Amino acid sequence: MTSEGNVRGAALLYAALTLVAALMLLPFAWVFFGAFKSQAEILAAPGAWLPRSFTDFSNFIELFAHRQFGTYLGNSLVVSGLTVICNVFFCSLAGYALAKIAFRGSRFVFGCIIAAMMVPYIALFVPSFFIIVQMGLLNTLIGIFLPIAVMPIGVFIMRQFALSVPNELLEAARLDGAGEFRIFFSIFLPLVGPAIATVAIITFLNSWNYFLWPLIVAQNQDTFTLPVGLAVASQGAKSTEYGLLLSGAIVVLLPVLILFVFLQRYFVRGIAATGLK
Amino acid sequence: MSHADISHDPSSRWRSATAWVFVAPFLVIFFVFTAIPALIALIYSFTDIGVADIRHPLSVNFTFFATFARVLTNAGFLKSLVTTGIFVVIGVPLTMAIGLALALALNSGIKRLRATYRAAFYLPVITNIVAAAVIWQYAFTLRGPVNTFLASLGLQGPNWLGNPDMAITTVILLTTWRNVGTCMVLFLAGLQGIPGDVYEAAAIDGASARRRFLHITLPLLKPATLLVTVLMTVSYMNIFDEPYLLTKGGPLGATRSVALWVYEQFGHGNIAAAMAGSYVMLIIVAVLGLLQLRMLRSAS
Repeated sequence: MTSEGNVRGAALLYAALTLVAALMLLPFAWVFFGAFKSQAEILAAPGAWLPRSFTDFSNFIELFAHRQFGTYLGNSLVVSGLTVICNVFFCSLAGYALAKIAFRGSRFVFGCIIAAMMVPYIALFVPSFFIIVQMGLLNTLIGIFLPIAVMPIGVFIMRQFALSVPNELLEAARLDGAGEFRIFFSIFLPLVGPAIATVAIITFLNSWNYFLWPLIVAQNQDTFTLPVGLAVASQGAKSTEYGLLLSGAIVVLLPVLILFVFLQRYFVRGIAATGLK
Repeated sequence: MSHADISHDPSSRWRSATAWVFVAPFLVIFFVFTAIPALIALIYSFTDIGVADIRHPLSVNFTFFATFARVLTNAGFLKSLVTTGIFVVIGVPLTMAIGLALALALNSGIKRLRATYRAAFYLPVITNIVAAAVIWQYAFTLRGPVNTFLASLGLQGPNWLGNPDMAITTVILLTTWRNVGTCMVLFLAGLQGIPGDVYEAAAIDGASARRRFLHITLPLLKPATLLVTVLMTVSYMNIFDEPYLLTKGGPLGATRSVALWVYEQFGHGNIAAAMAGSYVMLIIVAVLGLLQLRMLRSAS
């Protein structure tokens, strides 16, 4: 191939990549432009691309002042906060035990992790709903977060990371008579910072974007999370108030977008390391 | 350490007990929300349980295979199976082909903007599905931005969400948009595992780019391809969020997937039918998954 052909090939490649990237990002342009449009601008035909003003926050004010989005945001933060804290702690414990303590039954536990990762939760939501009702946790935030309090994917990632921690460090501490809890807290945890970040990001993402389960467990607006509140609004009588709905979408998207910009490598690492969402 | 050591050395026995304490939180959640629900669903699929029995789960009648027979002969359920099949047969190859093409493009030696492109292609994966569906509903309404754009080209835009065939297309567009990034990342990881000297040797031997792709890249990418196939098949088999949020399964039930059918039966109080329906789905997913995993193992 001549160098001229190479240049032309590279130019074509960049053009194609840019076109696809623009198409993939187009929905984000729609939501950012649409969120600042009034109902009259939304209904105008033919509609303009850009809103008349980017400083008109009346849609957002309406959401928080009159549409309970403050409550939904608070509920989402509580559910995601609890999920991340529980997962980081319990997944690290389990991952450490599976990788660094030889015990009878560890193969069985590992089998449970694989089984839990394979079973789609969507297939089990009806009997899980039963259990939540029996536990008296229907319509509570605890009932929403409990099933994802210790995610198998988190245990799996922690185990994979723990395998790479050198045994000598742990054995030396064991010979000095340190208990497993002490070794876990003072030697193991400080060594696995990146794994903790990956688990925190993945479990945050899962809980923040969690939809079907909160949809059935939350029975009224006091326990709705953001996605449930937005979905109910988008299917209600006001379902064509796109300006409001799109600004609601921004409220849901923004925290994840900000995290993604700063912590992209942890997102991608989580996927690449395990092959799972 | 052998098992004999574990059972005789007291400090090892103590350590073993500690290990069980460490894995206990995971196991409790696993049993309460995965293992026991799977068992409950199996048992209650053989009963006539209804919504009134949820608080008194022991007062149900065993009807054996009556519920399964009812579900498997239900026209709505069978149609939802076919619809899910359409999502799988169109969605999986489409998503994988785009994901592979993007991974190949990003792996072709370009340096500038590589991370930016990757981030752009990956962004939809982490986008909240409810927010995405709201954007789609707005963009694909009759006079929304998509049709406005088509009109500016002099084209008459279709009724994206109101016409049954177009609604399936729109749902698949949304699902593909959200899943391409996952495929791309996994293919990229597979491509980066192929040593560069294999290509150099082939280039020296005079193999064309097309031959190199067909005879080197594709065979060496087989494990990654099978992994992506399993993931995407399972994900499209369980499709719920996209059709529920975009079209509520309509118009005329055209986008009602099995998961959505189960959800609706649950909503109507037909608990036994919902459980039997999800069990049928679970079995299909498990069989497909195991078949593909076996292929994966024999390939790697």
